[in-house]
Amino acid sequence: MSSIKERAAEIRQQAETLNKDVYAPEKAEGKNPEFRMDLQSKSPKLTTLDEAIRRSGLRDGMTISFHHHFRGGDKVVNMVVDKLAEMGFKDLHLAASSLSDVHAPLIQHIRNGVITSISTSGLRGELANEISRGLMEKPVVFRSHGGRGSAIANGDIHIDVAFLGASSSDPLGNACGYSRSENAKSICGSLGYALPDAQYADKVIILTDDLVAYPNTPNSISERQVDYVVEVDSVGDSSKISAGAIRDSKNPRDILLAQTAAKVVINSGYFNDGFSMQTGTGGASLAVVKYLRQSMIDRGIKASFALGGITAHMVKLHEEGLIDRLIDVQSFDKVAAESLKNDMMHKEVSANEYASADEPGSAVHYLDVVILSALEADTDFNVNVLVGSDGIIRGAIGGHPDTAADSALSVIVCPLVRGRIPCIVDEVTTLITPGNTVDVIVTEYGVAVNPRRPELAERLRNAGINVVDIKSLRDKAQSIVGEASELPFGDKVVGVVMNRDGFVMDVIRNIVD
Amino acid sequence: MELKPAQAGTLESGDIFVRLTPAVKPGINITLDSSVALKFGSQIRNVIEQTLKELGITDATVIATDKGALDCTIRARVTAAAVRATGKDVWAD
Repeated sequence: MSSIKERAAEIRQQAETLNKDVYAPEKAEGKNPEFRMDLQSKSPKLTTLDEAIRRSGLRDGMTISFHHHFRGGDKVVNMVVDKLAEMGFKDLHLAASSLSDVHAPLIQHIRNGVITSISTSGLRGELANEISRGLMEKPVVFRSHGGRGSAIANGDIHIDVAFLGASSSDPLGNACGYSRSENAKSICGSLGYALPDAQYADKVIILTDDLVAYPNTPNSISERQVDYVVEVDSVGDSSKISAGAIRDSKNPRDILLAQTAAKVVINSGYFNDGFSMQTGTGGASLAVVKYLRQSMIDRGIKASFALGGITAHMVKLHEEGLIDRLIDVQSFDKVAAESLKNDMMHKEVSANEYASADEPGSAVHYLDVVILSALEADTDFNVNVLVGSDGIIRGAIGGHPDTAADSALSVIVCPLVRGRIPCIVDEVTTLITPGNTVDVIVTEYGVAVNPRRPELAERLRNAGINVVDIKSLRDKAQSIVGEASELPFGDKVVGVVMNRDGFVMDVIRNIVD
Repeated sequence: MELKPAQAGTLESGDIFVRLTPAVKPGINITLDSSVALKFGSQIRNVIEQTLKELGITDATVIATDKGALDCTIRARVTAAAVRATGKDVWAD
């Protein structure tokens, strides 16, 4: 019988072969006898925001990223950029999944050179106003949600440090958009747009307003992707996640549009048992769900899944058994966020799993019907959801081009005019969603079907829907509002619109007034 | 024509609020604040001026706050303000 001493030469030899050292018990770390509840609070990842930034290795010129799941209630972007400014950083690239009214304080940081470039899905409010008038030297790069996911995965966007707000995290970085503790301060539901950042960023800092005990499972961001955890007073005001683009309409015109859109879907040929659907933001496109519900009950039709920004309407249909699963990249209200937390059939997905063109399994590929809104559509069925008719950026690309391109049926719901602004025009102010991906445009003056889809036009006509030529809608709109002047665009490019595959699709010029 | 200060309209979306006061200099002087100024500002000014001239008003100060009103709405509000400012009811004839 050989002893370990007798095998010493062979152990050394094998160690040499494997290019490793020989185990030496006297050098090994001893066991830590501390009670684990105490030990976890000394997690090496737990630190302050200053210290996390310092240790992350962030330098001038690097890329920082943020998610927008708190929408108008977000507190993380302003808090972090204020801190970065205070610490003296310059020339940073801010790559957010989207930005809104609440981010107006960035204007000062752009003027001071802290932020010199921005990538986002959208811009709103005073920040959008200033940028539209030429605030930045470098144009803002706009991408769809699926396009951003792809760009992060393929390296077009390289994130050096991601700052991700979470409604709960344990000291190791297992983090969620909700909290199961009694100290929960906030809830945003899905963290879908933060997941590519967590996966691909060089360093990931979780900011949380509810530091909970390990293990914070089930978790959406894994500790394996997290470098630092920072406890803060508040990451966001949850009461504002359904503000902004999301509203429940009582406007009679929106209701008429929603009813017409529901009729289009029901008679499209895709309203079959097992179909899948998504609705965008905007009162009318959200309201369509209400009218589809009754027809689903009457005809015994159930949907296999609902996708996208999930709303209380969708949750209700799911709970009634009319929708089997919810695939949630972004929770559009508190009801949806609570449902994501509590219902295992309500699944959180990353931006890539949701809508990336180069991801074979992304959910949009298996989407039958999407109902979307628009700022403007033109006679070639192109749609603009980003730039207002005054030339000022006032929206977000969101998943609009992703879902329009990959769904079996894309329906745009859009009034003919808004106030004095025509919504069906000769050419959209900015090209966001190409006309060859748009199938139907629903207005209160009739429904236009893309000439690529004659079979669809036939089905809708047979169902008694008023199918009209898109050019007649443009003419009607113009006859109501009169002849508009040309917008006073300057010659500076303030925005670049990327399509979802990484091609440059359009540019936005500054507005001069 | 003698004017006393008068107003018509609202600040609702799709409406225009028009305030007429006596002219401080000759002609019709319009101060316009419109949510659609870039596209329809000159058209709105034309409609206001035209409507007043048709009512025989050649000198007036107009302050208008427009929320995307159509031409027919602008004419109606300007006419109402003019009727109140002049005391001459053009609809009665």
